[in-house]
Amino acid sequence: MSVNPLSRFFASKKGMILIGAVIGVLAAFLQKLGNPPNMGVCVACFERDIAGALGLHRASVVQYIRPEIIGFVLGSLVAAFIFKEFKSRTGSAPLVRFILGMFAMIGALAFLGCPWRAFLRLAGGDLNAIIGIAGLVSGIAVGDQFLKYGYNLGRSRNSYYSSGLIMPAIMAGLLLLLIFAPKFGVNGAIFLSEKGPGSMHAPLIISLSAGLIIGFIAQRVRFCTMGSIRDVMLVRDFHLMRGVIALFLSAFLTNLMLGQVNFGIAAQPIAHSDYLWNFLGMVLAGLAFVLSGGCPGRQLILSGEGDTDAAVFVLGMIAGAAFAHNFGLAAKPDAVIDGVLKVGGVSGYGMTAVIIGILACLIIGFTMREKI
Amino acid sequence: MKIDACGLSCPQPVVLTLNAIKENKRNVEVFVDTNIACENVQRLAESKGYDTKIDIAEGKFKIVLTKQK
Repeated sequence: MSVNPLSRFFASKKGMILIGAVIGVLAAFLQKLGNPPNMGVCVACFERDIAGALGLHRASVVQYIRPEIIGFVLGSLVAAFIFKEFKSRTGSAPLVRFILGMFAMIGALAFLGCPWRAFLRLAGGDLNAIIGIAGLVSGIAVGDQFLKYGYNLGRSRNSYYSSGLIMPAIMAGLLLLLIFAPKFGVNGAIFLSEKGPGSMHAPLIISLSAGLIIGFIAQRVRFCTMGSIRDVMLVRDFHLMRGVIALFLSAFLTNLMLGQVNFGIAAQPIAHSDYLWNFLGMVLAGLAFVLSGGCPGRQLILSGEGDTDAAVFVLGMIAGAAFAHNFGLAAKPDAVIDGVLKVGGVSGYGMTAVIIGILACLIIGFTMREKI
Repeated sequence: MKIDACGLSCPQPVVLTLNAIKENKRNVEVFVDTNIACENVQRLAESKGYDTKIDIAEGKFKIVLTKQK
């Protein structure tokens, strides 16, 4: 495809399958090494944890500066530098992207996972993920219709070189906060969970290394979970889908080897079995991802390449996570208390927020169309 | 037919190219400004039976599509 032979390999079928498989294996091992179950990598959950660590929300069980997120952006930055693809750009409806990021996060937290985690949950035997993926596909299908009828957020333009470095700089700052874990006052940030999912993490150096590797290779192959589904439906292009299937299969096989597969619906780890809101949460997320041009992982990768509009989407997701927990919108997982199953799910506030989010996305889709 | 897809994010360059192909336009030239858009347009064109030729100048890519015989 491209001039550089290595780039040609990455753009090939084999390259995509290999990279997807590597990501799946890494994710499964991250779980083995301490990350929460079926959450080797979850961009939404991990950004939510970062929001918590900074005190943007105070849900004490989900607060940690996840090195994987930092690694995604910095790994992408390194790849973009090496392959001369770093390009600062801005100006494609940043506020709209911020709002889409917020609602994408609210939708993802109604399901309890981003698309990456949806596939990883399925690879761990959590069958609720099938409902979530069905919702994701439905949301993307709606978004595809907008794309067909002229939806777009306008052109970006080249910007000052240094502006594209802001998001990587923020990530470097977060890494310093994680390493030195300063305490800003008695009740101040940084907050790090002592129990719950936020307290579960692989060793820093391993999480960071895995994040850097995934960021680097995902930048090269333009890995995107939402894009994989969108492209199949929109243009019958299976290129990205091969990578996602490889991710799922490799994670599943690695989970089998590591004894991390547990088929079931109720009381799956950090998941709930309320079908409707698993579905609708991911409808919202899928729609928001299509309208903003990438899944949350892809948005991080783009942020590392100098795309400041994608960076605004990421910041929107982090803000959305803060809203989701401060306003009680995020779903509660199923729990087994004294041997009795307590089904989790979304509160009335959360349901309302998901509906508002879907409506907001539909308004954006209908009203932001133009002939180019 | 010339398509200026510079500055447009994924998948707009592909959608615009697809529309041109559907209208059976001859001598389609697509202008994009990122590697990813270039790769995507090229992959689409080849899957639809077009040969592609790429010129790179000043950070922009010109992809010329010609129908395979």
